[in-house]
Amino acid sequence: MGTDPTPSTIRTDPVVEIRQLQKLFKKTAKPAIETLTMVIRPGKVTGLVGPDGAGKTTLLRLLAGLLHPTSGTVRVMGLDPITDAEKVRSIIGYMPQKFGLYEDLTVLENLELYAALRNVVGERRESDFSRLLAFTDLKTFTERRAGKLSGGMKQKLGLACTLLGTPQILLLDEASVGVDPISRRELWRMVQVLVDGGLAVVWSTAYLDEAELCAEVLLLHEGRLLFDGPPSQLTDRVKGRCRLIRDISGSRRQVLSRVLRCGSVMDGVVQGRNVRILLKKGSEEADLSQVDLGASARIDVGAARFEDGFIDILGGGPGGDSVLAEHIPRVPHAAEVVIEARALTKRFGDFTAADHIDFSVHGGEIFGLLGPNGAGKSTTFKMMCGLLVPTSGIATVMGIDLKRSASEARQRIGYMAQKFSLYGSLTVRQNLLFFAGIYGLQGDRKREAIDQMIRVFAFEPLVNVIADTLPLGFKQRLALACAVMHEPPILFLDEPTSGVDPITRREFWTHINGVVEKGVTVMVTTHFMDEAEYCDRIGLVYRGKLIAAGTPDELKEKAARPGLEDPTMEDAFIELVQGYSA
Amino acid sequence: MPQSFSQRRFLALCRKETLQIVRDPSSLLISVILPLVMLVIFGYGLNLDANRIRVGLVLEDQGDEAREFASELVGSRYFTVVSGPRLEMTQALANGKVRGVLVLASDFGRRTLLHPGEAPIQILTDGAEPNTASFVENYVEGAWKVWQQHRANQRGLPMPTSMDVEARFWFNPSAKSRNYLIPGSITIIMTVIGALLTSLVVAREWERGTMEALLATPMTRAEFLLSKILPYYGLGILSLLVCVAAAIFILGVPFRGSVGALLLVGTVFLLSSLGMGLLLSTLTRNQFNAAQAALNAAFMPAMMLSGFIYEIRSMPLIVQAVSRLIPARYFVTSMQTLFQAGDVWPVLVLDLFYLSIAAIYFLGMTWRKTARSLD
Repeated sequence: MGTDPTPSTIRTDPVVEIRQLQKLFKKTAKPAIETLTMVIRPGKVTGLVGPDGAGKTTLLRLLAGLLHPTSGTVRVMGLDPITDAEKVRSIIGYMPQKFGLYEDLTVLENLELYAALRNVVGERRESDFSRLLAFTDLKTFTERRAGKLSGGMKQKLGLACTLLGTPQILLLDEASVGVDPISRRELWRMVQVLVDGGLAVVWSTAYLDEAELCAEVLLLHEGRLLFDGPPSQLTDRVKGRCRLIRDISGSRRQVLSRVLRCGSVMDGVVQGRNVRILLKKGSEEADLSQVDLGASARIDVGAARFEDGFIDILGGGPGGDSVLAEHIPRVPHAAEVVIEARALTKRFGDFTAADHIDFSVHGGEIFGLLGPNGAGKSTTFKMMCGLLVPTSGIATVMGIDLKRSASEARQRIGYMAQKFSLYGSLTVRQNLLFFAGIYGLQGDRKREAIDQMIRVFAFEPLVNVIADTLPLGFKQRLALACAVMHEPPILFLDEPTSGVDPITRREFWTHINGVVEKGVTVMVTTHFMDEAEYCDRIGLVYRGKLIAAGTPDELKEKAARPGLEDPTMEDAFIELVQGYSA
Repeated sequence: MPQSFSQRRFLALCRKETLQIVRDPSSLLISVILPLVMLVIFGYGLNLDANRIRVGLVLEDQGDEAREFASELVGSRYFTVVSGPRLEMTQALANGKVRGVLVLASDFGRRTLLHPGEAPIQILTDGAEPNTASFVENYVEGAWKVWQQHRANQRGLPMPTSMDVEARFWFNPSAKSRNYLIPGSITIIMTVIGALLTSLVVAREWERGTMEALLATPMTRAEFLLSKILPYYGLGILSLLVCVAAAIFILGVPFRGSVGALLLVGTVFLLSSLGMGLLLSTLTRNQFNAAQAALNAAFMPAMMLSGFIYEIRSMPLIVQAVSRLIPARYFVTSMQTLFQAGDVWPVLVLDLFYLSIAAIYFLGMTWRKTARSLD
C-alpha cells in the first residue's frame, strides 16, 4: 500500500542512518539491539515489526535520543540525537506507547502544552491547531478531558501532539496495538497522508499483518534484524508454498496435527474452518494425498503472508503434537453447554463496562472474545471466572452459578492471566508447587502432578531456574503448566499470546488444540485478529456489548459484500461494528 | 548540551501542573483537609497536661481535718474523685479504673496537728504511667500545701513550711503543653505534606508514560524541576497558612512572631521537604513506593527526632547527633520560637542556615538524579 511519491518533489536521501548500532542494558546479559545497520528514508512508512522484546521500543528511543547507544552511531539528518538533542528533538515527533497524554487535561490543553514545549507559538500555533484538529477530527471535542476520550481518539490526539511544529520524522511506538480496527484504519489513512507530504514515518508494531501496509519493513527478533526491505520481498520468499485445506469434514485440529507430521510441511495453522499450511522450500510439488485429510477436503494454493516469511526465516514452526494433551485424561462431557452468560452486566459508577452479554460455550469448544482494549472483554472474562461480581445477569460454569459458589466453580477452571502471571522471583519448581497448592492438590497427587508437568514440558534441567530469567517460550509453557496442573475441564486464557513471536504462539496453540481434542473447553480473550482464527466460535465485543457471535467464517460471510468478497477477520469486525452502529 | 531556559515552556509546564492540582481532588485533600485533620488530632488528642484524672480516695479518718482536705481534692479541676474502702480502691488501681489512690489514714487528723510540715498521706500510683503518676503525686503535694496555708491563714498562724516554691513559666505563662505542641505539630504536618505532595508527581509522569513524551521535547531539566516545585510550593504555603490560622483562631494558641518571618522560614523549610519528596519520586519512579518512602522518611524522624515531643537533650549523644540531620528539628525550634517568643533572629537565622543546607542537598540530588534520558 505504501506508494512512493514522485522523486521530483520529495528528497529521498536517508533521514536516519544507523551504523553498527548496539545497545546493552546493564541488567540483561543479552543485547537489546545487536549490531544494527540500516537507513530510513522520507516519504514512506518504515515498519518496525517484531514480537515483544524484539528491540522495537529500544530502537525508537535511541532515535529520539532518549537512550545512549552502547556502541555504533545514530544520525538523524546528520545530527547525533544525544549531543544535538535540542535540534534533533525539534526534527522528530515521538509518540510513546500510551500516547503520552495528560488524562486530566482537555484536548486543547494537551495541545497547548505540547505546542509550548515544542516552541510552536503565535500564528503558527493557531494554524497548526486548526489544521491538526481538522485532520484528526477532534474539533468538536477540544474541551473534553483526554481521559474521557475513546482509545481511538486518544491515539489521534497523541498523533496531533506529536505533529505540532511539523516534525520531519515521526516515530510511532505501537500506535495501533489494542486500538479498535476502525480507528486503526483511520490512523493508517492519516499516516498515509503524512508520508505523501514527504514525512518519514517509523511505525512499530507487534501485529505482523500491519507489516504488509508498510513500504519498508525492518523485522526484528530478539534484538537481531532478520529482514530489511519491502514486505513483498519477504512474502516472495514463500510464494507458491502456501496451501489452504478447505472443506474439512472432520476436526480441523486433527487434520492440522496430521498434516504437520508430513515431512514437506514446515508450518500450519487453523484458519477459521480451513487449515493453512506452508510447504518447505523445494517441496512445492509435495503430494499430501497420503495424509488423511478426510474425504471431502481439497487443497487450494493460498496467498503468501508476511508471517509466513517470518516463519520461513526462523526455520519453520513447531510440530503439531502436544505432549501435554497425550498426558491429560479425556474429559467425559459431551456437547452440552459448559459455560454460559445470560444478560451479564457490569457497571462501574455510571459507566457500563459490560452490557447484557449473552453467550454459551459447549464442551470441547474454543470460544473467543474478540475486541479492542476497553471494549469490555476483560470485565466479562473476570465475571465468568468469579473475579468480579456482576451488577446483574447470571454467569455459570458447569451449571454452577458463580455468584453463589465462585470458589467451587473456580476449582474446575484453569486460569492463565495476561503476560503469564508467574512469580518471577521463584524457581520453576516453586511456581509449580505454589500453583498446585492454591488449586488444592495435596500429597501424592500434588507430587505426581508436578512431576508430570516437569516431564511433559521438559523442565528437568530448569527446575531450579528463576522464572524471570527463563526464555519467553519456557515462561509460556510454565504458565500453561501452572494452569492445567489440576486437570481442569475448563481453561480460561486472557490474551494468551499477545505480542509473542509466531513460533512460540504456534507451540502454545498446539497444546491448546491438543487439550481441546481431549474434551477440555477453552475460553480466550484477544485483540489480535489472527488469534481469533484459532477459535471455533467468537463473540465480538465492542463498547460493552456483544455485537455478533458465530464461527469465524460465519462472521466473515456476514461481512462479505460486492467489492469485499473475501473479507479478513478485521474487515468483518469493521463491517459488523458499522452495521451495528447504523 | 547547553540548552537555554525558556520562560514559555516553563510557564506552560506550570500551567499544566496547576491544572492537574486543581482537577485532582487528592492534592487539595492532602494540602488543606489533611493538615486540618492532623492539627485537630494533635491539638486535642496529644496533650501532656493532666486534666481530670480519676483517683480513688480512701477516707479512714472521719475527723474534720480529713474531711476538709478531702473536699479540697474533690473540688479540684484536675481530679475526678471516687471514694471507697482501701481494698476496693487498690483493686480499682490494679484494674486501671483509677490512676492513683490517696489514703488518708485513721491518724490523719492527729498527725496533721502534730507535724504540720509533713503531709501524712499515702499516695499509691500506677508506675506503668509515670507521667500521670508523678502528676498525681505533685498535685496532691501542692493541694496539701495550699490547704495548710489556708488553715494557717484562717487561724492567724504563721506559714508552717520553710520554703515556698512558686513556679513561673516564661514564654508560656499558662504552662499549657498545647502552646508548644501545636507549633511542633505544624512542623510534622508540613514535613509530611511537603514530601507527600511531591513524592507523587514525578513518579506519576513515569507511570503514565508522559515522562517519555516530555523527554522527547526540547524541555530542559531546569524547566521541568521548577515546574514541579513552584505550584507545589504554593500549595505547601497554603497549607502552612491554614495550619497557623487554625492554631491561632481555633485552638487559641498565641502567635508572637511576624508573618514575614513565618513565610521566610516556611519557604526554606518547604523547599527542603518538597525536595525530599521530589528526590524519592525521581528515584522510585513509582507512585506507591514514593508515597510510602516519603511517609516513612518524613514522618517517623520528624516525630521522634525533631524535639517536638521528646526532649533532644535527654537523648543519647549519638541520637542527638542524628537528630541534627533532620530538617524538621530546625523548623520545630523556629515555629516554637515564632509562636511563643516572637521574631528572635539569632535563633531563626541559625535554623534558616541549616534548613537551607537541607533544601540545597535535596534539590541538588534531585537535579543530579533527574533523567535526561531513559538509560
